[in-house]
Amino acid sequence: MQNNPSIAETARRSDIRNRWLLAAPALTTIILAAIGPLLVVLMFSFMVRGDYGDVKYWQFSTNGWLSVLFERDPIDDSLGLSSANFTIFLRSIKLSLITTVITVLLGFPTAYFVATRPEKSRHIWLLLITIPFWTNLLIRTFGIQDVIRNEGLINNVLLKFGLISQPIQMLFTDGAVLLGLTYVYFPLMVLPIYSSLEKLDFRLVEAGYDLYATRAKVLWNIILPLSKPGIIAGSILVFIPCIGAYVTPRVLGGGKNMMLGNLIEQQFGQARDWPFGAALSITLLVIVTLALLIYVRSAARESGSHGH
Amino acid sequence: MKRIKSLLAGVALLATTGAAWADGTLSIYNWGNYTSPELIKKFEDTYKIKVTITEYDSNDAALAKVRAGGHGFDIAVPSANFVPIWIKEGLLLESRPDQMENFKNVDERWVNVPWDMGRHYTVPWQWGTTGPVVATSIYKGDINTSKIWLDPPPELVGKIDVVPEMGDVMYAAYRYVGGTWCSDDKETLKKVRDVLKAAKPKWLAMDYGIEKMDTRDYAAAFYYNGAAYRAREKNPDVHFGYAKEGYSMFMDSVAILKDAKNVENAKLFQNFIMAPENAALISNFATYANGIKGSEKFMKAGLGDAPELNIPKEFQAAGGWNETCSPEVNELYSKVWKDLLK
Repeated sequence: MQNNPSIAETARRSDIRNRWLLAAPALTTIILAAIGPLLVVLMFSFMVRGDYGDVKYWQFSTNGWLSVLFERDPIDDSLGLSSANFTIFLRSIKLSLITTVITVLLGFPTAYFVATRPEKSRHIWLLLITIPFWTNLLIRTFGIQDVIRNEGLINNVLLKFGLISQPIQMLFTDGAVLLGLTYVYFPLMVLPIYSSLEKLDFRLVEAGYDLYATRAKVLWNIILPLSKPGIIAGSILVFIPCIGAYVTPRVLGGGKNMMLGNLIEQQFGQARDWPFGAALSITLLVIVTLALLIYVRSAARESGSHGH
Repeated sequence: MKRIKSLLAGVALLATTGAAWADGTLSIYNWGNYTSPELIKKFEDTYKIKVTITEYDSNDAALAKVRAGGHGFDIAVPSANFVPIWIKEGLLLESRPDQMENFKNVDERWVNVPWDMGRHYTVPWQWGTTGPVVATSIYKGDINTSKIWLDPPPELVGKIDVVPEMGDVMYAAYRYVGGTWCSDDKETLKKVRDVLKAAKPKWLAMDYGIEKMDTRDYAAAFYYNGAAYRAREKNPDVHFGYAKEGYSMFMDSVAILKDAKNVENAKLFQNFIMAPENAALISNFATYANGIKGSEKFMKAGLGDAPELNIPKEFQAAGGWNETCSPEVNELYSKVWKDLLK
């Protein structure tokens, strides 16, 4: 009898040890492949910029970080908040948010449609949604370019039917970037929403109707709250890669207006300011992490209050 | 003991095969879509050397990668304005192309160049100019001016592509306002900024490649002469202009890296491309001039005497080298550039 707790204790300890051992490969990978490089980026952001790219090693400087917020005007030398950086940050956040909203609006009905199909055909629908992933992102983006350019599919059809007399300029606009981002990240929204809708107990929907709820009320009070985890997961999956998008704005936006990814690339290229580029990268990371934390916190609080 | 012996034998075998392998390879690091496959095939067949090509898309990227080490490249092709940096950073081998057999073919004009006096390090690969490219069926006026893209006529507004290279764009703008390149004069910088900021809304894109001239997505561009030649091959009304206000020239040169593993093969390559019939292959592929005398007669029809590749006499004086400015000036220019692209 007296031995029992210690046996339980040993079992518990070996269990913990096994878990750590099992987690070790993943942890090692994360530490080596994610945290290690991040530390290097962090160190570079605090060094003096090199004359032709690179940094002057182990010479401390906060200029990289100061340039994130402030900027000396190249003409009158006055120090002020960096309006260029803010404009670019805001554009990135704006385009990412709009993309997220559009993908929710389009993705939710799609996911609902798939989830309400007979089980057998669902797999086919899911397969169809994931097919674009089989092709390289760059090729798909250039594909969009070909559809919306002046002599592209859309303009040619419209011209042929006499609906327009001049081609509409669609390529190289913010709208083209939005279209590209929405198209690329759409499946990342559909799949998580689908997985939460798939688990949805449709008897609850029936119960709602039995209690004389309208269609809108059923959607708003039953289906949406229950699929919220999927919508949140999808939004995170869409928003985060959007804010760092590089290829889409460059290929479809025409390179005239930068997004954050392009600004960061510029620092490691023509601007030759690696510390500033490193500081910008970390700023982006912090913004994304903060957004995630706020999101997860509020989500947790709400689902907590639902339980009461 | 036996085990040690076989181990030693293994090491020895590895060493000899390693050496044999090294004899027959050459690793070239060049700009994307810039190396003629025909030239490489001929070099491989002539010398029984296996060539591998890795590509980069900017001088800054190439410099960063080579400086970081461990790249395994033997040859790189930096632009004129970057060669002094490569030399200063100790990345290039003084391979003395000027003492090589085929050096006699190099056009005198390209021997005593400011970035490599007397050619102790580098061999000409290709050179070109930046300037306005115009579909003359859409715009009928003078094309030999930067006004085409810095103060465009109404028929070109919203149909212009400008190459997203800070150096080329800022250089042309500096010459346009009558300033000196690399100066840190604030008055001139302000003029440059104002000209560029006023012009940008009239551009459609800032992108590499002007293939969209073919489809008339672009009606004009500020771009490189070789690409303009290729655009004219597809559409005869596309013409390249030489801005009378001033335009920049560039030359990319073949250099051997200090840490090259196949130095002798790399030297063979430097000598090889100075032969006119080989230099012509380089130009046939990328359609830029190469700086080797007598290569024109080996080029494909229409290339050697193309207006894009031969600067007319009256515009020769307006050309200048797009030097690399001091880090301080580059920082100023970068800020204006970022402000333009925000």
